[in-house]
Amino acid sequence: MVSFRTLLWKELLRFWKVSFQTVAAPVVTALLYLLIFSHVLDEQVQVYESVRYTAFLIPGLVMMSVLQNAFANSSSSLIQAKVTGSIVFVLLPPISYLEFFLAYVLAAATRGLVVGAGVLAVTVWFAPAGAFGTVTPLWILAFALLGGAIMGALGVVAGIWADKFDQLAAFQNFLIMPLTMLSGVFYSIHSLPGFWQRVSQFNPVFYMIDGFRYGFFGTSDVSPLVSLAVVTAAFVVVSAFSLALLRRGYKLRN
Amino acid sequence: MTNAVGVAVSIQQVEKRYGALQALAGVSLDIPEGEFFGLLGPNGAGKTTLISCLAGLARPDAGRLTVLGRDVVADYREARRLLGVVPQELVFDPFFTVRETLRIQSGYFGIRDNDAWIDEILANLDLADKADTNMRRLSGGMKRRVLVAQALVHKPPVIVLDEPTAGVDVELRQGLWQFVRRLNAEGHTIILTTHYLEEAEALCSRIAMLQHGRVVVLDSTANLLRDFSGHALSLRLADGAALPEALVPLSAGQVDGVWQLRLPDFSAVERVLAALREAGIAIEGMRLSPPDLEEAFVRVMQRGRS
Repeated sequence: MVSFRTLLWKELLRFWKVSFQTVAAPVVTALLYLLIFSHVLDEQVQVYESVRYTAFLIPGLVMMSVLQNAFANSSSSLIQAKVTGSIVFVLLPPISYLEFFLAYVLAAATRGLVVGAGVLAVTVWFAPAGAFGTVTPLWILAFALLGGAIMGALGVVAGIWADKFDQLAAFQNFLIMPLTMLSGVFYSIHSLPGFWQRVSQFNPVFYMIDGFRYGFFGTSDVSPLVSLAVVTAAFVVVSAFSLALLRRGYKLRN
Repeated sequence: MTNAVGVAVSIQQVEKRYGALQALAGVSLDIPEGEFFGLLGPNGAGKTTLISCLAGLARPDAGRLTVLGRDVVADYREARRLLGVVPQELVFDPFFTVRETLRIQSGYFGIRDNDAWIDEILANLDLADKADTNMRRLSGGMKRRVLVAQALVHKPPVIVLDEPTAGVDVELRQGLWQFVRRLNAEGHTIILTTHYLEEAEALCSRIAMLQHGRVVVLDSTANLLRDFSGHALSLRLADGAALPEALVPLSAGQVDGVWQLRLPDFSAVERVLAALREAGIAIEGMRLSPPDLEEAFVRVMQRGRS
């Protein structure tokens, strides 16, 4: 247990020591998204009845920040340790693959939540008074936690698979970024043509964001229970795959 | 599982292949507790692969390795607790200070509140004044010493030093060896790989030499020196005379007019002098050198190639 706690602590300390880059920067980026999109679209677009576009956008941006930063944390930590060789420091001690997985995923989810809280704290002031209808913190927390954990686990997979920063960047730009940007952060999938609506329904990130948004408005594109089921299933699948790689020592113990 | 009495590390028929390269081709050796053991070989001989298999950094394709009776695969947690490894590469985590690095490493091994031992290691490795310095700001030699400190935080009974003195200056190297000798005297088993053969000769009581993934020699350092090196006698003969027929079997050739003879022991000196006297050849210069491991190493490797 001490091994696990230490690895978790190390991972938390690692991002906290460079919090300007790992926390402040993504908060500012999300704020810029909000300022630009709300300025241009707030008067033109109404997604849900009686919900202004700026208010609609805020939960999406928060969740996008949670997901992207959770992925960045575990993946960058692992690739950096692999490239510099310092990965031996966690491979030599008696740390089980399960402890390894949990520490990296929890740290990743924590960074996601910290950044998400930061984005919420600076963007919520731009929402009109009473913009958020029936706020249910349990839904918000459940989707934020699960979403962060999924992306943290995916970051572990990417960090293990990639041999160089270039490969990790490809994983991030050609998989993670499209999945998050095309998941309803900036729009409701009901505004898409039928074909793209159906395509979106195969994107698990869509359910993370839709369920998270339900926690703010009490309304969503699909039932939050369906979203929770899909997101939980995605977590199980990604975790099982990640654990299988760690158990084999794939690209780590050879 | 019970440990075979007194065996710190047991390596049995270990094989490891990387694609077409057979890195280890059935290595077997036992290292008794408390021994200062040398693992030598040219680059690519399989030393680091063998250490990686022992430390769990690589998985052997076949064979079995144990540390104090604990299987490194089946009982990896306990085996790793018993082992401290100083890796060959100069690696560090740039986010942390020296003390943070050592506290974190202690925690990985399940140890909390380890500052008393950390301070002792830092003092012994002459790092006490760098405890709160970020790893990035240390010189190469200091980073190397932190690697040694990281391997010792959990007081492992078996310590593996994979080229620990590469890039370390003479003074620090001596300090490091003094500390490692003390650990060995206190009962720690030390396994050393190094390209500085004079270090291995001075420190190791037994040596294994690896070549192409196989153990080609495994013996006490004294026996290796006797069997593969012997005393070297350099002779400059008057008027550039040739060696008498009786001494030709001892000759290792002639360099700049000086004959190089390999002698199995001191008594051979007398025979050489007698042969020269009998042949009426005068000696202009003579030097007798003790056996050295470098000579033994070269001979073993040449034998392995032939």
